[in-house]
Amino acid sequence: MLSEQEKQQIEAKVQHYPNKRALCLEALKIVQEHRGWVTDEGIADVAEALQLTPAELEGMATFYNMIFRKPVGKHVILLCDSVSCWIMGYERLREHLTTRLGIGLGETSADQRFTLLPNVCLGACDHAPVMMIDNAHYQDLDPGKIDEIIAMYRQEDIAR
Amino acid sequence: METPLTNNISPGKEPPDLRQYENGGGYAAVRKALRMAPAEVMALVEESNLRGRGGAGFPTAQKWSFVPMGNDAPRPKYLICNADEMEPGTFKDRLLLEGNPHQLIEGMIVSAYTVQADVAYIFLRWAYKLAAERLESAIVEAYRQGYLGKNILGSEYSLELYLHVSAGRYICGEETALLNALEGKRANPRAKPPYPQVSGLWGKPTIVNNVETLCNVPHIVNRGAAWFKNLSRGANGGTKLYGVSGRVKNPGLWELPMGTSIREILEEHAGGMRDGYRFRGLLPGGASTDFVVADQLDVAMDFDSMQAAGSRLGTGTMIILDDKTCPVGMLLNLEHFFAQESCGWCTPCWSGLSWIEQILQRLEEGSGQSSDLERLQSHARLLGPGHTFCALAPGAAEPLQSGLKHFGDDFDRHIHEKRCPWR
Repeated sequence: MLSEQEKQQIEAKVQHYPNKRALCLEALKIVQEHRGWVTDEGIADVAEALQLTPAELEGMATFYNMIFRKPVGKHVILLCDSVSCWIMGYERLREHLTTRLGIGLGETSADQRFTLLPNVCLGACDHAPVMMIDNAHYQDLDPGKIDEIIAMYRQEDIAR
Repeated sequence: METPLTNNISPGKEPPDLRQYENGGGYAAVRKALRMAPAEVMALVEESNLRGRGGAGFPTAQKWSFVPMGNDAPRPKYLICNADEMEPGTFKDRLLLEGNPHQLIEGMIVSAYTVQADVAYIFLRWAYKLAAERLESAIVEAYRQGYLGKNILGSEYSLELYLHVSAGRYICGEETALLNALEGKRANPRAKPPYPQVSGLWGKPTIVNNVETLCNVPHIVNRGAAWFKNLSRGANGGTKLYGVSGRVKNPGLWELPMGTSIREILEEHAGGMRDGYRFRGLLPGGASTDFVVADQLDVAMDFDSMQAAGSRLGTGTMIILDDKTCPVGMLLNLEHFFAQESCGWCTPCWSGLSWIEQILQRLEEGSGQSSDLERLQSHARLLGPGHTFCALAPGAAEPLQSGLKHFGDDFDRHIHEKRCPWR
């Protein structure tokens, strides 16, 4: 079942489109925002609300890379692996991050805090290499700067 | 030198709010356009010679002219701003979206009026969080002030405008794939014809324009076609946002006259190569353009000149290849991107690109053979125009075919030394 809040957020966008199908990605994003990732139950809930089949939603969820059909950590790190960042040191940063977090690309750290994903161009190529963590962009990265940023997230989580 | 697109933009600062935007002359183009007939606005844009800034360079007014007009036209008609900037190496629309959202909204209102669209969408990529926030609040302001909604500024014309935030995939930037994405389907491209102008979003007449294209429209309406044409150095009118990334002294983005030479952008604005690095080549307008090398640097960065030079202006944001970066590795990175982002619809693309990636991988690792180069050539031909529904495949072929041509010696070294000389 969709929560009241999920329902309201989906409902708020209904008038933007002439039919409910057009809402399906937005609805999946809303469910993901509340539940961390899109579970089978999440697919079923959205399917019911929008009068689509779970298979149709599955087709959407597996096509669009920002819909997570597997559990992710508390923070999702999106490391840009496109050409400008590659030239400016992506491989070195990838090595550094995977060693630091003890995980490979596509994996989640044992403490469930970080998921590391490669990502296409983040549109800040004049400040390459770059990454995003959740909704924040980080630019002009080097291993030292990455350590500081990761430490900041760890500290904030502990403080909370 | 005039810089109409970026005049009101101070990077790192808040964008102008509605009041500040109006005080700088903002929304005057909406007032002016509403007093003109749609056909008059269309004629003005046609005369200005504005061409699409998304990469293809199609004349904007000509695109608009295919939309059915009059009382018998199918309704609702749609105007979509393609803000799905995801071309590797491209970071130009982001500046316009974050820096002056009202300029884009004004451009959309005027353009929508010209084709008499009823509903407009901004199709924004998910990664541009700040742009989303700023657009949302600018849209609210514009509605409140009567620039959007029913009977705009008391006229007969009404327009609803919504922000649609996507959920990833490069293919969404392709015009017809974008329409499917917006309809809540997988973003596969559609067969053309019918063209979106006649049968687009939900089968209705639809225009899809790039952010930078739309941002030019209010200035053309305010200042006129002759003024716009005079901004440029060549036949292709206006200014252009040019960017440079890679190992240059001063990577960045600048609004310059359309037709500024590659050399001037690279040396005067980007400051030339960093100390210790030599220039090998560049992709002039994102990942899906042909390499340009040292003897072509005096070419003007406009649509016609770049095409004549065997490449494309593309998005106008250059990616520089230096001598300490392996060209084979760079091509592997580029083709990995295209293979990953292929939507899986057309065989030369989904199948061909994964083979290309594998062949480049073994060449880069030193286990390739000379015959692999012919294989790559033949794959590049199969990806060419006319073999796939959309331009992703031909785009992927551009750096590949030109890379094979310009960096043949580097490929040979990988094959003969059985390793990457850069590693």
